[in-house]
Amino acid sequence: MTTALDIQGLRKTYHNGFTALKGIDLQVEQGDFFALLGANGAGKSTTIGIVSSLVNKTAGKVNIFGYDLDTQREQAKAQIGLVPQEFNFNMFEPVVEIVVNQGGYYGIPRQEAFVRAETLLKQLGLWEKAREQARNLSGGMKRRLMIARSLIHQPRLLILDEPTAGVDIEIRRSMWEFLRKLNAEGTTIILTTHYLEEAESLCRNIGIIDKGELIENTGMKQLLNRLDTESYVFDLASPLEHLPATSSNLCHCTLLDPTTLEVAFHKEHYSLNQVFSFLNQQSITVQSMRNKTNRLEQLFLELVEGNKA
Amino acid sequence: MNTQQKWIAYYTILIKEILRFTRIWKQTILPPVITTSLYFVIFGNLIGPQIGNMDGHRYIDFIMPGLIMMTVITNAYANVVASFYGSKFQGNIAEMLVSPTPNWIILAGFVSGGVARGMTVGVAVTVVSLFFTHLQMQHFWVMVTIVILTAVLFSLAGLINAVYAKSFDDINIIPTFVLTPLTYLGGVFYSIAMLSPLWQKVSLLNPVLYMVNGFRYGILGVSDIPLWVSYGVIMAFILMLGGYSMYLLNKGTGIRS
Repeated sequence: MTTALDIQGLRKTYHNGFTALKGIDLQVEQGDFFALLGANGAGKSTTIGIVSSLVNKTAGKVNIFGYDLDTQREQAKAQIGLVPQEFNFNMFEPVVEIVVNQGGYYGIPRQEAFVRAETLLKQLGLWEKAREQARNLSGGMKRRLMIARSLIHQPRLLILDEPTAGVDIEIRRSMWEFLRKLNAEGTTIILTTHYLEEAESLCRNIGIIDKGELIENTGMKQLLNRLDTESYVFDLASPLEHLPATSSNLCHCTLLDPTTLEVAFHKEHYSLNQVFSFLNQQSITVQSMRNKTNRLEQLFLELVEGNKA
Repeated sequence: MNTQQKWIAYYTILIKEILRFTRIWKQTILPPVITTSLYFVIFGNLIGPQIGNMDGHRYIDFIMPGLIMMTVITNAYANVVASFYGSKFQGNIAEMLVSPTPNWIILAGFVSGGVARGMTVGVAVTVVSLFFTHLQMQHFWVMVTIVILTAVLFSLAGLINAVYAKSFDDINIIPTFVLTPLTYLGGVFYSIAMLSPLWQKVSLLNPVLYMVNGFRYGILGVSDIPLWVSYGVIMAFILMLGGYSMYLLNKGTGIRS
């Protein structure tokens, strides 16, 4: 399988002496949906900036679909579409012009760029705003405009830096669907986000950057399997007077209020079926249930905390 | 990128630049036309007859080439400095930087945009001047080449200013404190033959003098400076500023962290 992005020993020290990246090695395979996670200032945006030629690197090599960013810059850049974190288009330009002009920078004839722009803007629900100045769009629309702009040259690798920040849940879900479809059609996607639910839902592989170092690079399933404890919150049909006694310290119950029960159990020793059997034995009726916390969030915090030690 | 793709990228930047300044024509085209009309009325019609002839021409005819050139210089410079800095400020310069468009195409696109605005305003001012005097055009191609080369030169200067600018104040300092004095002291309103020998020598250090006189030669057939010297100085500055602009863009000064 072809490697979409191959980063070797990437380092970046800014003029003020701050080292944002301390020698990162990262590979993203073609067709992957890859999550790049990290706290603010961890080095995600610097990595993306270097890959997309907006930040000069201090050392290291970057290959994009086999093209060396140093020696085959034009070919390497042609493979990438970038959706940056901040709105960075000319707010006074009409929406369609922003997308068509971006096509022009990739050498796409104006007429063809118009056709592509129409298709993309329709897919992203922006065609009705095509002739309006970009400053008149809502926050969610501006995010979608940046996605349309990044796709005009049909890139093989799409990099999204927090694409759903500040977007309402309905639009976020529709953007997820759009990105899933794009990935299914063959576009490799790298996503950074602070919504870990988003990363868990969309991505197959994950890299975690902390303080300029890649502290984790694995499959999403493999990572989640490392979580040895699951916590569920059960909404009960009738109030409980006493906390049910558990037979093992591998399963722990907490009564949050008379009708809300939290059960934490070790995945290796217990299954959710056994938890329900136990609740049945206690004549406890469950109306609904949910995960106490996002699993990836829990792991992320553990890994970052572990790196601090 | 192949040649056709590069041409498309260049054309895209140029069209974008032309649309930008024509969309805000009340800020970009109208003010210089009004200001220059006032120069024609005050210096040409009211004060000019009191001054008499200069270099064998009526005063209004003498200052007309200089006024047109002054307009071209300030507008070519203003277009590139405002547009490039605006792109930096809003972040949309990244649209070009992430694309495979080579830096020399980006430079050519912005400079051509500056030339387009300089020429548009220059033509508008020339049309207005016809209400006050008649255009002679002694050497048409000299006039055209000098004005285009001058617009290129000041577009390059505008881009360098924009690359270094960190605030909107920075894009006004050079035009106010450097460009305006150089233009006013560049022989727009007088012949340097009127000056003392010392100030004549000092004036020769002003590059604008060579452009104004080259352009005046194209229109009136008179100049304080030999024509080949005017071309030589303009070309030397273009090569110098063009080379430096490419160095800055390749290094990423002011546009890449």
